[in-house]
Amino acid sequence: MNLHEFQAKRILSAYGIPCPAGEIAITADEAETAARQVGTDEIFVKAQILAGSRAIAGGVRAVQTPAAAKIAAKALLGKRLVTPQTGPSGQIVRRVLVESGIRFEQQLYLALAVDGASGSLALIGGPHIAGESDERGHLESPTLRTLFLDSKGPAKDEALEAFCGAIGVDQRHVTDCAGIVRNMYRAFVELDASLIEMNPLALTETGLVVLDAKMALDDNALFRHRDLAELRDRDEMDEIELDAQRHQINFVQMDGDIGIIANGAGLGLATVDMVCDAGGRPANFMDIRTTAKTLDIAHGVGLVLDNPKTKVLLVNVYGGGMQPCDTIIDALGVAARRKGRVLPIILRFTGNNENTARMRLANYNLPTTECKDMWQAVTAAVAVAGRNS
Amino acid sequence: MAILVNDSIRLLCQGMTGWAGAYHTNRMIQYGTNVVAGVTPRKGGTTCLERPVFENVAEAVAATGANASAVFVPPAHASSAMIEAIEAEIPLVVVVTERVPVLDMVRVREALKGSRTRLVGPNSQGVLSPGICQIGVMATDRAQQGTIGVVSRSASLTSEIVSQLTAAGLGQSTTVGIGGDAVHGIGFVECLKLFFSDPQTESVVLIGEIGGTEEQDTAEFLKSAGIQKPVVAFIAGRHAPPARRMGHAGTLTMRDKGNAESKIEALRSAGVRISPSAHLVGETMKNLLVESKLGHLEKLGMTNQH
Repeated sequence: MNLHEFQAKRILSAYGIPCPAGEIAITADEAETAARQVGTDEIFVKAQILAGSRAIAGGVRAVQTPAAAKIAAKALLGKRLVTPQTGPSGQIVRRVLVESGIRFEQQLYLALAVDGASGSLALIGGPHIAGESDERGHLESPTLRTLFLDSKGPAKDEALEAFCGAIGVDQRHVTDCAGIVRNMYRAFVELDASLIEMNPLALTETGLVVLDAKMALDDNALFRHRDLAELRDRDEMDEIELDAQRHQINFVQMDGDIGIIANGAGLGLATVDMVCDAGGRPANFMDIRTTAKTLDIAHGVGLVLDNPKTKVLLVNVYGGGMQPCDTIIDALGVAARRKGRVLPIILRFTGNNENTARMRLANYNLPTTECKDMWQAVTAAVAVAGRNS
Repeated sequence: MAILVNDSIRLLCQGMTGWAGAYHTNRMIQYGTNVVAGVTPRKGGTTCLERPVFENVAEAVAATGANASAVFVPPAHASSAMIEAIEAEIPLVVVVTERVPVLDMVRVREALKGSRTRLVGPNSQGVLSPGICQIGVMATDRAQQGTIGVVSRSASLTSEIVSQLTAAGLGQSTTVGIGGDAVHGIGFVECLKLFFSDPQTESVVLIGEIGGTEEQDTAEFLKSAGIQKPVVAFIAGRHAPPARRMGHAGTLTMRDKGNAESKIEALRSAGVRISPSAHLVGETMKNLLVESKLGHLEKLGMTNQH
């Protein structure tokens, strides 16, 4: 779960990490009042969306007066901001962060992330990186340094200070910077984060300040942080995908017309690949988890049927131990009855209870075509979608 | 021979008395796996599926001589179950549980350092040596004993590819699911080492996907250690939208590193034969084996002499 900049900064501030004075505003008038309260000569009005590279897309504006802050907020609020990270449709700006400008001497990149390969925490630091961020890529970037930390505690003060010195922190600030790392580490472990990124972290005359922050929490650990789960921004999260997750289905909306129903992430990904290779366009990615029951799956099939762009359903299922074929076939029947929308269904299923599934299928009287292998099913679905366009 | 699991396995199941644990333990027993015990706290002294249930792993090991564990414990307690098995020095621990918090897995990886345990998973379908031993939840109907080793990040795709291999007349020595999570136990490289030194295994299928850098690390290993047996790879997710988590937690692509193209290129340059599509893995392996046999005959000077 990704957090907004202002949410991340509130958390970091609570952990004793200095952030600029700022207020959140949802109207232009509020932004003007906030700017007056901030009261500095230079003020930043920053669009709050869950994607990076906002500055190059005009989502971060520097102004000098509260009146100008109002104009800047008006230009951003309610508009779609398209950045290299949002995808072509962009994200709607519902809030702006009005923040005091900071005069700085130096800017740095500092982040803490989980590194899959070493199975440990990676503290990554170096010069400020403009534009896109990518924590794994950074591990390999020649200008950045990495210090691996274990879960028992951050490294010793000397090691942290040596790291801060090595990434270019001025000697006056090395002790402060090590303190920030310790607090960042504490926030990371206590809140089950998967990423905390300060880009940039500014060095000023008086100390260090986080100018921009990005924070992601581990979805799998939210069960022990009910309060943090509330921070999820429903507007930003695709409502359909969240709904699918509640029914044990991983679902990602795409922009094509072939609705994909597949069990398992790998088979789902492979089905998307095959549809594209065969010249078709998937309407969605689907991964039915093994814990999904018939009604969960029916709900997921319903989501595919709800998409007006969907012209054909492509079912690619390998019945495993927990989720035999008949469970999924029954779900197709239930979804068709509930939704009352009949689309051609190209089926390919094999594995556990394959024959039972075939008998069940006959009960539902659906317009199905069964294919003997995946590729045949994919090409058949692409042909049907092409005919109906 | 096979790797990791064979007929000397004495399996205990952590979380055997739960619904999923009991269901899958029963399937494993039906398959012929020697299940000797269950472990569920507060249910010690009872029996389940005609096997004794113990309070903890250490007691179960002492009483039954168990040498492997399958973990079906829910996410909140899965890491403690894994650490308990590691501390009891169980040589092989297979974790089926999905959605284990990532920091919990960092702690498990620390417990693994210097231990005697090999951990498979979490979020793994398990390990299967067809006809001999099953630890896990995978479909077994199409699996057939043979000489192909299979190692994979994805369960359903493994079942599909195993069935293609069997249809092509190529049985399997062992299939291993390393799991779909970013931080996990044994990986591609360790499995390849095991397959390379296993006399029953003649070639290997590697099933990767977008996210992380494990495929690239595997390519580096193959370049330095050399491809000792023919390897075919399939990488899922060439057409996945970027920066989205596609089912598995580990599939979040981090731009250039995690995408399918860079993985495919790295493996190809290390001498791995890439299957162009998920439905062609069986065929690709068959062709590669024919070619390497012909290559071998040419070396012996046995072709071109009619």
